[in-house]
Amino acid sequence: MSSPEPMSSPEPILEARGLVKKYGQVVALNGADFEIYPGEILAIIGDNGAGKSTLIKALSGALQPDEGEISLGGERINFRSPRDAQRAGIETVYQDLAVAPALDIASNVFLGRETRRRGPLGSLLRLLDKRGMRREARRQFEELGIGVQSIGEAVGNLSGGQRQGVAVARAAAWARRLVIMDEPTAALGVKETGQVIDLIKRVRERGLPVILISHDMPHVFELADRIHIMRLGRRVAVVTPKTHTMPEAVAIMTGATPSELDNVLAKKGSPE
Amino acid sequence: MGPTRTLQLARRLITAPTVGPFIALVLTMVFFSLKTDRFFQAQNFSLVLQQVMIVGVLAIGQTLVILTAGIDLSVGTVMALGQVIMTKLAVANGVPVVPALLLGVLTCVGFGVLHGGLVTGVRLPPFIITLGTLNIAFALTHIISNDLTFTGLPKLELFWGRTFSISGTDFTYGVVLMLVLYALAWYGLNQTAWGRHVYATGDNREAARLTGINTNRVLLSVYTLAGLTYGIAAWLLIGRTQVGDPNAGQTTENLDSITAVVLGGTSLFGGRGTVIGTLIGALIVGVFRNGLTLIGVSVIYQYLVTGILVILAVSVDQFLHRRNG
Ligand SMILES: Nc1ncnc2c1ncn2[C@@H]1O[C@H](COP(=O)(O)OP(=O)(O)OP(=O)(O)O)[C@@H](O)[C@H]1O
Ligand SMILES: [Mg+2]
Repeated sequence: MSSPEPMSSPEPILEARGLVKKYGQVVALNGADFEIYPGEILAIIGDNGAGKSTLIKALSGALQPDEGEISLGGERINFRSPRDAQRAGIETVYQDLAVAPALDIASNVFLGRETRRRGPLGSLLRLLDKRGMRREARRQFEELGIGVQSIGEAVGNLSGGQRQGVAVARAAAWARRLVIMDEPTAALGVKETGQVIDLIKRVRERGLPVILISHDMPHVFELADRIHIMRLGRRVAVVTPKTHTMPEAVAIMTGATPSELDNVLAKKGSPE
Repeated sequence: MGPTRTLQLARRLITAPTVGPFIALVLTMVFFSLKTDRFFQAQNFSLVLQQVMIVGVLAIGQTLVILTAGIDLSVGTVMALGQVIMTKLAVANGVPVVPALLLGVLTCVGFGVLHGGLVTGVRLPPFIITLGTLNIAFALTHIISNDLTFTGLPKLELFWGRTFSISGTDFTYGVVLMLVLYALAWYGLNQTAWGRHVYATGDNREAARLTGINTNRVLLSVYTLAGLTYGIAAWLLIGRTQVGDPNAGQTTENLDSITAVVLGGTSLFGGRGTVIGTLIGALIVGVFRNGLTLIGVSVIYQYLVTGILVILAVSVDQFLHRRNG
């Protein structure tokens, strides 16, 4: 494959080969390959049902592929649950937002990794350090430039956009190696979309690579270093905003007639 | 601090989920106080507490299960089985009292583990699983007891029925144990990470799993702890009835425990509710039963009233659930 790679570091941080995932008759992934390099924003685009969400779920431990292999930093891995991926430093914002509406913002940020009080109160009585978690959550929100009214507000009372903000902030706050975002701006207004995009840039400034699934081509072309194009459960091409235009990327994505596709690819040269 | 702080606190209090059930409890008590002089008396309250004790403890387990969007139809029969094992072993088999009690409790815990294992492993609906174990526990109770009632029980088995006196009013130790168990459940649900995972799992199991919570472990712990509360309730039941009766504590307890949870404002959809609400709910059931008896309404009407109450409470739950999405 002759996909463009960053010159600086040729070793992918996360890599997958030949992933297959079937749901009964439906083949969601049909031998998909994938790689992301340190420090880059990789956009994944593709039509509805192309297998984008299934791919990132396989990468984040949310599901186990039927076939294929995944390696992290060059080592074969087998995430059996999202928790395994989190332990390896990979944080994910899923398309169907994974938040707990009954719990407040701080509790959501710390969900699954709560901190306890120091001393016997924490170790013996397992008492939560609620104040400490709130303080820390507030600090993280400030650092990421997300404004929230009250860190003690139940997430169920927030607007869709604010909820998304919480999910994105949680991922950004905990990720140590990689952030995955599945359509993080799907439900958002113009202003909130802008905030999430700023947030993604800030995550990259921290040196973390980001996988971004989006249907919003202008944003994809604004943000992405490389664009992974999916069709019918496979990666059909990897392009960059420098080498391809939006209509070209869309043509590959929608599988314009073979000859047209060939034309586009012959000119730019990055088929699989 | 400032007035905003006070306002916030006031808002919290008004919107607190236990406020509705609490008002309902107060109204019920006012109603019966007006109807009969015999209701509003310390000795009668003590009696209500004793009557509530069994269902109250069962309802703690039921609350945990319902918070995870499950339901347990077997609570009463599992408790009855535990009780028969405790008493039969001690009286008929000559087992020392401590192992007899332990084996009874362990049987109930075993049922909890079984429920949890089937819910997480085979992914069967809790409704069906516990309908099955309801029948299994019912059958085992009668097989093991041979339909005999066990009397002449060792002192320790009767302990929770013993009373102490506060300014002339007698309270049983069992009531104290019930309150302690409520305090423990409150602590676990509100002050520990486990509690948050219970709420998150109940609200949306898949979302909780995606955030990195081991939802299977949470569910298993919930059903196991629920089994433990049924085991403790079995011991309390012996204290209350002073015998091991295979016909004690059956389906009435199943329904009453669910009634208490629902009246207490816990959502059958999971993820929302409080154990304090359940205590209030159990008290509402107890006060109704007690009050209706005092004013001479037959037992059949008590069922009628609780049935209507449950449907009302579930309707409110459904309404709130629809509104909040
Ligand atoms: N849990 C599931 N059970 C059955 N089929 C599934 C399941 N998840 C995904 N699929 C199917 O797999 C295919 C790929 O789905 P996927 O969600 O990965 O697409 P996508 O590219 O993320 O689409 P979208 O842009 O709409 O989010 C679809 O045909 C979908 O219907
Ligand atoms: Mg998707």
